[in-house]
Amino acid sequence: MASWDWQLYCTDMVTEEVAPKCFGAPGYETYLDAMIHGWGWTMFVSVLGLLVALVAGSLIGILRTVPNRKLAMFGEAWTELFRNIPLIVQLFIWYHVIPRLFPILDLPPSVLVVIAIGLFTSARISEQVKAGILTLPKGQRYAGQALGLTLPQTYRHVLLPMAFRIVIPPLTSESMNIVKNSAVAFAVSIPDLAQFALQASEQSSFVQIFLPVTLLYFISAYAINRLAKVIEWYVRVPGILGAK
Amino acid sequence: MTQLDFSFLTWEVLSSFVAKGLWFSIQLTFSAMIGGIVLGTILALMRLSGKWWLERPAAIYVDTLRSIPLVMVILWFFLLIPYIAGPLGAEKTALITFTLFEATYYSEIMRAGIQSVPKGQVFAGYALGMNYKQTMGLVVLPQAFRNMLPVLLTQTIVLFQDTSLVYAIGAYDLLKGFEVAGKNFNRPMETYLVAAVVYFVICFSLSMLVRRLQKKIAIIR
Repeated sequence: MASWDWQLYCTDMVTEEVAPKCFGAPGYETYLDAMIHGWGWTMFVSVLGLLVALVAGSLIGILRTVPNRKLAMFGEAWTELFRNIPLIVQLFIWYHVIPRLFPILDLPPSVLVVIAIGLFTSARISEQVKAGILTLPKGQRYAGQALGLTLPQTYRHVLLPMAFRIVIPPLTSESMNIVKNSAVAFAVSIPDLAQFALQASEQSSFVQIFLPVTLLYFISAYAINRLAKVIEWYVRVPGILGAK
Repeated sequence: MTQLDFSFLTWEVLSSFVAKGLWFSIQLTFSAMIGGIVLGTILALMRLSGKWWLERPAAIYVDTLRSIPLVMVILWFFLLIPYIAGPLGAEKTALITFTLFEATYYSEIMRAGIQSVPKGQVFAGYALGMNYKQTMGLVVLPQAFRNMLPVLLTQTIVLFQDTSLVYAIGAYDLLKGFEVAGKNFNRPMETYLVAAVVYFVICFSLSMLVRRLQKKIAIIR
Protein backbone atom coordinates (compact mmCIF):
# COMPACT_ATOMS: atom_id res chain seq x y z
CA MET A 1 0.00 0.00 0.00
CA ALA A 2 1.39 3.32 -1.03
CA SER A 3 1.91 6.07 1.49
CA TRP A 4 -0.88 8.48 2.33
CA ASP A 5 -0.98 11.44 0.06
CA TRP A 6 -3.96 13.64 0.77
CA GLN A 7 -2.80 16.22 -1.72
CA LEU A 8 -4.16 13.78 -4.25
CA TYR A 9 -7.60 15.21 -3.65
CA CYS A 10 -6.41 18.59 -4.90
CA THR A 11 -4.89 17.27 -8.13
CA ASP A 12 -6.62 17.11 -11.46
CA MET A 13 -7.81 13.65 -12.41
CA VAL A 14 -6.52 13.84 -15.97
CA THR A 15 -3.49 16.13 -15.98
CA GLU A 16 -2.27 15.20 -12.46
CA GLU A 17 -1.63 18.90 -11.88
CA VAL A 18 -2.24 20.39 -8.45
CA ALA A 19 -5.16 22.80 -8.68
CA PRO A 20 -5.02 26.22 -6.98
CA LYS A 21 -8.17 25.30 -5.03
CA CYS A 22 -9.05 21.74 -4.01
CA PHE A 23 -12.72 22.21 -4.71
CA GLY A 24 -14.32 24.09 -7.57
CA ALA A 25 -11.19 25.51 -9.18
CA PRO A 26 -12.21 26.64 -12.68
CA GLY A 27 -10.62 24.61 -15.46
CA TYR A 28 -9.69 21.72 -13.18
CA GLU A 29 -11.49 18.56 -12.17
CA THR A 30 -9.82 17.49 -8.99
CA TYR A 31 -10.42 14.20 -7.19
CA LEU A 32 -12.37 16.13 -4.57
CA ASP A 33 -14.57 17.66 -7.27
CA ALA A 34 -15.25 14.22 -8.71
CA MET A 35 -16.00 12.72 -5.32
CA ILE A 36 -18.46 15.44 -4.33
CA HIS A 37 -20.02 15.16 -7.76
CA GLY A 38 -20.37 11.40 -7.29
CA TRP A 39 -21.87 11.93 -3.87
CA GLY A 40 -24.41 14.27 -5.46
CA TRP A 41 -25.39 11.51 -7.89
CA THR A 42 -25.72 9.00 -5.08
CA MET A 43 -28.00 11.32 -3.14
CA PHE A 44 -29.96 12.23 -6.28
CA VAL A 45 -30.64 8.60 -7.12
CA SER A 46 -31.37 7.70 -3.48
CA VAL A 47 -33.75 10.54 -2.69
CA LEU A 48 -35.69 10.40 -5.95
CA GLY A 49 -35.70 6.61 -5.82
CA LEU A 50 -37.08 6.79 -2.30
CA LEU A 51 -39.85 9.12 -3.49
CA VAL A 52 -40.82 6.73 -6.30
CA ALA A 53 -40.64 3.82 -3.86
CA LEU A 54 -42.81 5.56 -1.26
CA VAL A 55 -45.51 6.51 -3.73
CA ALA A 56 -45.58 3.19 -5.62
CA GLY A 57 -45.03 1.11 -2.49
CA SER A 58 -47.86 2.78 -0.57
CA LEU A 59 -50.27 2.40 -3.49
CA ILE A 60 -49.41 -1.26 -3.99
CA GLY A 61 -49.48 -1.92 -0.25
CA ILE A 62 -52.99 -0.44 -0.03
CA LEU A 63 -54.12 -2.40 -3.10
CA ARG A 64 -53.04 -5.63 -1.43
CA THR A 65 -55.53 -5.04 1.40
CA VAL A 66 -58.63 -4.00 -0.56
CA PRO A 67 -61.62 -6.37 -0.80
CA ASN A 68 -61.47 -6.42 -4.63
CA ARG A 69 -59.69 -9.70 -5.43
CA LYS A 70 -58.34 -8.59 -8.81
CA LEU A 71 -56.74 -5.45 -7.43
CA ALA A 72 -55.30 -7.37 -4.48
CA MET A 73 -53.87 -10.01 -6.83
CA PHE A 74 -52.29 -7.29 -8.96
CA GLY A 75 -50.62 -5.92 -5.84
CA GLU A 76 -49.35 -9.35 -4.83
CA ALA A 77 -47.99 -10.03 -8.31
CA TRP A 78 -46.22 -6.64 -8.37
CA THR A 79 -44.56 -7.32 -5.06
CA GLU A 80 -43.41 -10.83 -5.99
CA LEU A 81 -42.10 -9.63 -9.34
CA PHE A 82 -39.96 -6.81 -7.98
CA ARG A 83 -38.85 -8.68 -4.88
CA ASN A 84 -37.60 -11.86 -6.49
CA ILE A 85 -35.25 -10.44 -9.11
CA PRO A 86 -31.87 -9.06 -8.02
CA LEU A 87 -31.60 -5.28 -8.22
CA ILE A 88 -28.69 -5.37 -10.63
CA VAL A 89 -30.66 -7.55 -13.07
CA GLN A 90 -33.65 -5.21 -12.82
CA LEU A 91 -31.29 -2.31 -13.45
CA PHE A 92 -29.92 -3.95 -16.60
CA ILE A 93 -33.45 -4.58 -17.84
CA TRP A 94 -34.47 -0.97 -17.32
CA TYR A 95 -31.26 0.26 -18.89
CA HIS A 96 -30.59 -2.18 -21.73
CA VAL A 97 -33.93 -3.77 -22.60
CA ILE A 98 -36.91 -1.53 -21.89
CA PRO A 99 -35.83 1.57 -23.88
CA ARG A 100 -35.32 -0.58 -26.98
CA LEU A 101 -38.55 -2.52 -26.61
CA PHE A 102 -40.64 0.54 -25.82
CA PRO A 103 -39.22 3.64 -27.54
CA ILE A 104 -41.52 5.81 -25.38
CA LEU A 105 -39.42 4.81 -22.38
CA ASP A 106 -36.16 5.86 -24.01
CA LEU A 107 -35.39 8.11 -21.06
CA PRO A 108 -32.06 9.46 -19.80
CA PRO A 109 -30.06 6.82 -17.87
CA SER A 110 -30.42 8.69 -14.58
CA VAL A 111 -34.22 8.54 -14.82
CA LEU A 112 -34.13 4.83 -15.67
CA VAL A 113 -31.92 4.16 -12.65
CA VAL A 114 -34.28 6.10 -10.38
CA ILE A 115 -37.21 4.06 -11.71
CA ALA A 116 -35.33 0.78 -11.29
CA ILE A 117 -34.25 1.45 -7.70
CA GLY A 118 -37.61 3.01 -6.85
CA LEU A 119 -39.70 0.09 -8.09
CA PHE A 120 -37.34 -2.47 -6.54
CA THR A 121 -37.76 -0.77 -3.17
CA SER A 122 -41.50 -0.29 -3.70
CA ALA A 123 -41.96 -4.05 -3.29
CA ARG A 124 -40.38 -3.93 0.15
CA ILE A 125 -42.34 -0.82 1.16
CA SER A 126 -45.63 -2.34 -0.02
CA GLU A 127 -44.87 -5.26 2.28
CA GLN A 128 -44.50 -2.90 5.26
CA VAL A 129 -47.59 -0.86 4.35
CA LYS A 130 -49.69 -4.00 3.96
CA ALA A 131 -48.48 -5.30 7.31
CA GLY A 132 -49.22 -1.91 8.88
CA ILE A 133 -52.81 -1.92 7.60
CA LEU A 134 -53.37 -5.53 8.62
CA THR A 135 -52.19 -4.97 12.21
CA LEU A 136 -55.08 -2.57 12.73
CA PRO A 137 -58.08 -4.26 14.37
CA LYS A 138 -60.71 -5.25 11.81
CA GLY A 139 -63.24 -3.27 13.81
CA GLN A 140 -61.65 -0.03 12.60
CA ARG A 141 -62.50 -0.84 9.01
CA TYR A 142 -66.03 -1.93 9.95
CA ALA A 143 -66.52 1.15 12.10
CA GLY A 144 -65.59 3.36 9.18
CA GLN A 145 -68.04 1.63 6.92
CA ALA A 146 -70.76 1.60 9.59
CA LEU A 147 -70.41 5.37 9.75
CA GLY A 148 -71.33 5.47 6.06
CA LEU A 149 -67.83 6.19 4.76
CA THR A 150 -67.00 4.85 1.33
CA LEU A 151 -64.03 2.52 0.99
CA PRO A 152 -61.62 5.28 -0.12
CA GLN A 153 -62.86 7.46 2.74
CA THR A 154 -62.35 4.64 5.23
CA TYR A 155 -58.77 4.31 4.04
CA ARG A 156 -58.16 8.04 3.94
CA HIS A 157 -59.62 8.96 7.34
CA VAL A 158 -59.52 5.78 9.43
CA LEU A 159 -56.96 3.19 8.33
CA LEU A 160 -54.08 5.04 6.69
CA PRO A 161 -53.45 7.70 9.36
CA MET A 162 -52.78 4.89 11.83
CA ALA A 163 -51.10 2.47 9.45
CA PHE A 164 -48.56 4.99 8.17
CA ARG A 165 -47.43 5.87 11.66
CA ILE A 166 -47.01 2.20 12.44
CA VAL A 167 -44.87 1.54 9.38
CA ILE A 168 -42.50 4.47 9.80
CA PRO A 169 -39.86 2.58 11.83
CA PRO A 170 -39.44 -0.15 9.19
CA LEU A 171 -39.52 2.53 6.50
CA THR A 172 -36.59 4.20 8.23
CA SER A 173 -34.42 1.18 7.63
CA GLU A 174 -35.68 0.98 4.04
CA SER A 175 -34.57 4.57 3.48
CA MET A 176 -31.08 3.60 4.67
CA ASN A 177 -31.12 0.57 2.41
CA ILE A 178 -31.87 2.68 -0.62
CA VAL A 179 -28.69 4.73 -0.11
CA LYS A 180 -26.72 1.51 0.11
CA ASN A 181 -28.54 -0.09 -2.84
CA SER A 182 -27.94 2.98 -4.99
CA ALA A 183 -24.30 1.91 -5.19
CA VAL A 184 -25.41 -0.69 -7.73
CA ALA A 185 -25.93 2.17 -10.21
CA PHE A 186 -22.22 2.06 -11.01
CA ALA A 187 -23.01 -1.00 -13.17
CA VAL A 188 -24.79 1.18 -15.74
CA SER A 189 -22.13 3.91 -15.62
CA ILE A 190 -23.94 6.47 -13.53
CA PRO A 191 -21.06 8.57 -12.15
CA ASP A 192 -22.03 7.96 -8.52
CA LEU A 193 -19.76 7.44 -5.51
CA ALA A 194 -19.11 3.76 -6.23
CA GLN A 195 -18.21 4.56 -9.83
CA PHE A 196 -15.85 7.29 -8.61
CA ALA A 197 -14.23 4.83 -6.21
CA LEU A 198 -13.71 2.33 -9.02
CA GLN A 199 -12.24 4.85 -11.45
CA ALA A 200 -10.12 6.86 -9.06
CA SER A 201 -8.62 3.80 -7.39
CA GLU A 202 -7.26 2.65 -10.72
CA GLN A 203 -4.95 5.63 -10.74
CA SER A 204 -3.87 5.74 -7.12
CA SER A 205 -3.73 3.81 -3.87
CA PHE A 206 -7.22 2.49 -3.31
CA VAL A 207 -7.34 2.90 0.47
CA GLN A 208 -7.24 6.68 0.39
CA ILE A 209 -10.02 6.68 -2.19
CA PHE A 210 -12.14 3.97 -0.59
CA LEU A 211 -11.92 5.27 2.96
CA PRO A 212 -13.55 8.69 2.29
CA VAL A 213 -16.09 7.11 -0.10
CA THR A 214 -17.13 4.50 2.45
CA LEU A 215 -17.35 7.21 5.09
CA LEU A 216 -19.57 9.31 2.82
CA TYR A 217 -21.94 6.38 2.32
CA PHE A 218 -21.94 5.83 6.05
CA ILE A 219 -22.74 9.47 6.79
CA SER A 220 -25.43 9.69 4.10
CA ALA A 221 -27.22 6.58 5.30
CA TYR A 222 -26.94 7.77 8.89
CA ALA A 223 -28.24 11.26 8.03
CA ILE A 224 -31.29 9.79 6.30
CA ASN A 225 -31.81 7.54 9.29
CA ARG A 226 -31.74 10.53 11.68
CA LEU A 227 -34.12 12.45 9.45
CA ALA A 228 -36.58 9.56 9.44
CA LYS A 229 -36.26 9.28 13.22
CA VAL A 230 -37.22 12.94 13.57
CA ILE A 231 -40.26 12.39 11.34
CA GLU A 232 -41.13 9.31 13.36
CA TRP A 233 -41.07 11.33 16.57
CA TYR A 234 -43.09 14.10 15.00
CA VAL A 235 -45.97 11.93 13.77
CA ARG A 236 -46.08 9.45 16.63
CA VAL A 237 -49.49 8.43 17.99
CA PRO A 238 -49.67 9.04 21.74
CA GLY A 239 -50.23 5.85 23.65
CA ILE A 240 -48.77 3.31 21.21
CA LEU A 241 -45.39 2.07 20.04
CA GLY A 242 -43.26 3.51 22.78
CA ALA A 243 -44.57 7.04 22.31
CA LYS A 244 -44.76 8.89 25.58
CA MET B 1 -39.35 -1.49 -31.75
CA THR B 2 -36.78 -4.24 -31.74
CA GLN B 3 -37.85 -7.83 -32.19
CA LEU B 4 -36.86 -10.35 -29.55
CA ASP B 5 -35.47 -13.68 -30.70
CA PHE B 6 -34.78 -16.37 -28.15
CA SER B 7 -34.04 -19.15 -30.65
CA PHE B 8 -30.25 -19.02 -30.08
CA LEU B 9 -30.68 -20.08 -26.44
CA THR B 10 -30.39 -23.81 -26.97
CA TRP B 11 -29.47 -26.32 -24.27
CA GLU B 12 -25.99 -26.38 -25.68
CA VAL B 13 -25.56 -22.64 -25.27
CA LEU B 14 -27.07 -22.73 -21.80
CA SER B 15 -24.90 -25.58 -20.62
CA SER B 16 -21.70 -24.13 -22.01
CA PHE B 17 -22.19 -20.54 -20.79
CA VAL B 18 -24.79 -20.44 -18.06
CA ALA B 19 -24.45 -23.72 -16.17
CA LYS B 20 -20.98 -22.84 -14.88
CA GLY B 21 -22.26 -19.51 -13.58
CA LEU B 22 -25.35 -21.03 -11.98
CA TRP B 23 -23.20 -23.63 -10.24
CA PHE B 24 -20.91 -20.90 -8.88
CA SER B 25 -23.88 -18.83 -7.64
CA ILE B 26 -25.30 -21.88 -5.85
CA GLN B 27 -21.93 -22.80 -4.34
CA LEU B 28 -21.38 -19.24 -3.22
CA THR B 29 -24.84 -19.07 -1.67
CA PHE B 30 -24.49 -22.34 0.23
CA SER B 31 -20.98 -21.80 1.53
CA ALA B 32 -21.75 -18.23 2.56
CA MET B 33 -24.95 -19.42 4.23
CA ILE B 34 -23.22 -22.11 6.28
CA GLY B 35 -20.19 -19.98 7.08
CA GLY B 36 -22.39 -16.96 7.73
CA ILE B 37 -24.70 -18.79 10.12
CA VAL B 38 -21.77 -20.26 12.10
CA LEU B 39 -19.94 -16.94 12.32
CA GLY B 40 -23.22 -15.08 12.86
CA THR B 41 -24.13 -17.33 15.79
CA ILE B 42 -20.72 -16.69 17.36
CA LEU B 43 -21.19 -12.94 16.89
CA ALA B 44 -24.68 -13.15 18.40
CA LEU B 45 -23.34 -15.06 21.42
CA MET B 46 -20.61 -12.46 21.81
CA ARG B 47 -23.16 -9.64 21.77
CA LEU B 48 -25.29 -11.39 24.39
CA SER B 49 -22.38 -12.49 26.56
CA GLY B 50 -22.61 -9.56 28.96
CA LYS B 51 -18.84 -9.00 28.76
CA TRP B 52 -17.97 -5.67 27.22
CA TRP B 53 -14.74 -6.88 25.64
CA LEU B 54 -16.77 -9.42 23.65
CA GLU B 55 -19.84 -7.25 23.10
CA ARG B 56 -18.14 -4.12 21.77
CA PRO B 57 -16.01 -5.70 19.01
CA ALA B 58 -18.94 -7.81 17.80
CA ALA B 59 -21.28 -4.80 17.79
CA ILE B 60 -18.77 -2.64 15.94
CA TYR B 61 -18.15 -5.38 13.36
CA VAL B 62 -21.85 -5.95 12.74
CA ASP B 63 -22.91 -2.30 12.70
CA THR B 64 -20.05 -1.20 10.46
CA LEU B 65 -20.53 -3.84 7.79
CA ARG B 66 -24.29 -3.35 7.82
CA SER B 67 -24.05 0.36 7.13
CA ILE B 68 -21.81 0.06 4.07
CA PRO B 69 -23.16 -0.85 0.62
CA LEU B 70 -22.42 -4.45 -0.27
CA VAL B 71 -20.82 -3.31 -3.52
CA MET B 72 -18.28 -1.29 -1.53
CA VAL B 73 -17.64 -4.22 0.82
CA ILE B 74 -16.99 -6.50 -2.16
CA LEU B 75 -14.57 -3.98 -3.67
CA TRP B 76 -12.80 -3.42 -0.35
CA PHE B 77 -12.19 -7.13 0.11
CA PHE B 78 -11.23 -7.62 -3.51
CA LEU B 79 -8.47 -5.02 -3.15
CA LEU B 80 -7.48 -5.80 0.44
CA ILE B 81 -7.28 -9.59 0.37
CA PRO B 82 -4.31 -9.72 -2.02
CA TYR B 83 -2.29 -7.75 0.56
CA ILE B 84 -3.22 -10.18 3.33
CA ALA B 85 -3.46 -13.57 1.66
CA GLY B 86 -1.92 -13.09 -1.75
CA PRO B 87 -3.86 -13.25 -5.01
CA LEU B 88 -6.89 -15.51 -4.66
CA GLY B 89 -8.95 -14.66 -7.73
CA ALA B 90 -12.42 -13.17 -7.89
CA GLU B 91 -14.29 -16.38 -7.03
CA LYS B 92 -12.50 -17.12 -3.75
CA THR B 93 -12.56 -13.46 -2.78
CA ALA B 94 -16.33 -13.47 -3.31
CA LEU B 95 -16.64 -16.51 -1.06
CA ILE B 96 -14.72 -14.88 1.81
CA THR B 97 -16.52 -11.55 1.37
CA PHE B 98 -20.01 -13.01 1.37
CA THR B 99 -19.32 -15.24 4.38
CA LEU B 100 -17.97 -12.32 6.41
CA PHE B 101 -20.67 -9.91 5.21
CA GLU B 102 -23.72 -12.14 5.51
CA ALA B 103 -22.60 -13.21 8.98
CA THR B 104 -23.64 -9.75 10.18
CA TYR B 105 -27.19 -10.28 8.92
CA TYR B 106 -27.39 -13.83 10.24
CA SER B 107 -26.05 -12.65 13.59
CA GLU B 108 -28.92 -10.18 13.99
CA ILE B 109 -31.37 -12.98 13.21
CA MET B 110 -29.71 -15.38 15.65
CA ARG B 111 -29.63 -12.68 18.31
CA ALA B 112 -33.38 -12.23 17.97
CA GLY B 113 -33.75 -16.02 18.00
CA ILE B 114 -31.74 -16.46 21.19
CA GLN B 115 -33.72 -13.69 22.85
CA SER B 116 -36.96 -15.37 21.78
CA VAL B 117 -36.15 -18.37 23.98
CA PRO B 118 -37.73 -17.80 27.42
CA LYS B 119 -35.28 -17.02 30.23
CA GLY B 120 -36.70 -19.91 32.24
CA GLN B 121 -35.09 -22.31 29.75
CA VAL B 122 -31.65 -20.97 30.60
CA PHE B 123 -32.34 -21.15 34.34
CA ALA B 124 -33.67 -24.68 33.90
CA GLY B 125 -30.45 -25.65 32.16
CA TYR B 126 -28.32 -24.22 34.97
CA ALA B 127 -30.59 -25.81 37.58
CA LEU B 128 -29.89 -29.18 35.97
CA GLY B 129 -26.21 -28.56 36.55
CA MET B 130 -25.30 -27.74 32.95
CA ASN B 131 -22.59 -25.19 32.28
CA TYR B 132 -22.87 -22.25 29.84
CA LYS B 133 -21.68 -24.28 26.88
CA GLN B 134 -24.12 -27.09 27.51
CA THR B 135 -27.06 -24.77 28.20
CA MET B 136 -26.42 -22.85 25.00
CA GLY B 137 -25.63 -25.84 22.82
CA LEU B 138 -28.27 -28.24 24.08
CA VAL B 139 -31.12 -26.00 25.23
CA VAL B 140 -31.09 -22.47 23.84
CA LEU B 141 -29.49 -22.66 20.38
CA PRO B 142 -31.57 -25.58 19.05
CA GLN B 143 -34.74 -23.70 19.93
CA ALA B 144 -33.43 -20.36 18.68
CA PHE B 145 -32.40 -21.98 15.42
CA ARG B 146 -35.75 -23.63 15.01
CA ASN B 147 -37.74 -20.47 15.76
CA MET B 148 -35.67 -18.50 13.29
CA LEU B 149 -35.44 -21.11 10.53
CA PRO B 150 -37.89 -19.33 8.17
CA VAL B 151 -36.11 -15.99 8.68
CA LEU B 152 -32.69 -17.58 8.16
CA LEU B 153 -33.91 -19.12 4.91
CA THR B 154 -35.47 -15.86 3.75
CA GLN B 155 -32.13 -14.19 4.37
CA THR B 156 -30.54 -16.94 2.27
CA ILE B 157 -32.84 -16.02 -0.64
CA VAL B 158 -31.68 -12.43 -0.25
CA LEU B 159 -28.12 -13.73 -0.19
CA PHE B 160 -28.70 -15.61 -3.44
CA GLN B 161 -29.91 -12.38 -5.04
CA ASP B 162 -26.96 -10.48 -3.59
CA THR B 163 -24.49 -12.89 -5.17
CA SER B 164 -25.28 -11.17 -8.49
CA LEU B 165 -23.25 -8.22 -7.19
CA VAL B 166 -20.01 -10.11 -7.77
CA TYR B 167 -20.47 -8.42 -11.14
CA ALA B 168 -18.40 -5.64 -9.57
CA ILE B 169 -15.28 -7.83 -9.45
CA GLY B 170 -16.02 -9.84 -12.57
CA ALA B 171 -16.55 -13.24 -10.98
CA TYR B 172 -18.33 -15.73 -13.24
CA ASP B 173 -21.78 -16.15 -11.67
CA LEU B 174 -25.25 -16.78 -13.09
CA LEU B 175 -25.70 -13.21 -14.31
CA LYS B 176 -22.23 -13.15 -15.87
CA GLY B 177 -22.97 -16.43 -17.61
CA PHE B 178 -26.03 -14.95 -19.28
CA GLU B 179 -24.15 -11.77 -20.09
CA VAL B 180 -21.31 -13.65 -21.79
CA ALA B 181 -23.80 -15.72 -23.79
CA GLY B 182 -25.62 -12.53 -24.79
CA LYS B 183 -22.41 -10.85 -25.93
CA ASN B 184 -21.31 -13.90 -27.94
CA PHE B 185 -24.56 -14.03 -29.89
CA ASN B 186 -25.04 -10.26 -29.89
CA ARG B 187 -28.40 -10.72 -28.16
CA PRO B 188 -27.92 -8.94 -24.79
CA MET B 189 -31.58 -7.99 -24.36
CA GLU B 190 -32.82 -11.56 -24.58
CA THR B 191 -30.24 -12.91 -22.15
CA TYR B 192 -30.96 -10.21 -19.55
CA LEU B 193 -34.66 -11.06 -19.78
CA VAL B 194 -34.02 -14.78 -19.42
CA ALA B 195 -31.64 -14.10 -16.53
CA ALA B 196 -34.42 -12.17 -14.79
CA VAL B 197 -36.85 -15.06 -15.36
CA VAL B 198 -34.37 -17.61 -14.00
CA TYR B 199 -33.66 -15.55 -10.88
CA PHE B 200 -37.38 -14.99 -10.42
CA VAL B 201 -38.29 -18.67 -10.74
CA ILE B 202 -35.58 -19.74 -8.28
CA CYS B 203 -36.29 -17.05 -5.68
CA PHE B 204 -40.07 -17.26 -5.99
CA SER B 205 -40.23 -21.02 -5.58
CA LEU B 206 -37.82 -20.89 -2.65
CA SER B 207 -39.88 -18.24 -0.92
CA MET B 208 -43.03 -20.34 -1.47
CA LEU B 209 -41.23 -23.26 0.21
CA VAL B 210 -40.22 -21.04 3.13
CA ARG B 211 -43.82 -19.92 3.51
CA ARG B 212 -45.00 -23.53 3.72
CA LEU B 213 -42.31 -24.32 6.25
CA GLN B 214 -43.35 -21.32 8.30
CA LYS B 215 -46.91 -22.64 8.51
CA LYS B 216 -45.68 -26.07 9.53
CA ILE B 217 -43.48 -24.70 12.29
CA ALA B 218 -46.23 -22.38 13.47
CA ILE B 219 -48.57 -25.32 14.09
CA ILE B 220 -46.07 -27.34 16.11
CA ARG B 221 -45.15 -24.40 18.33
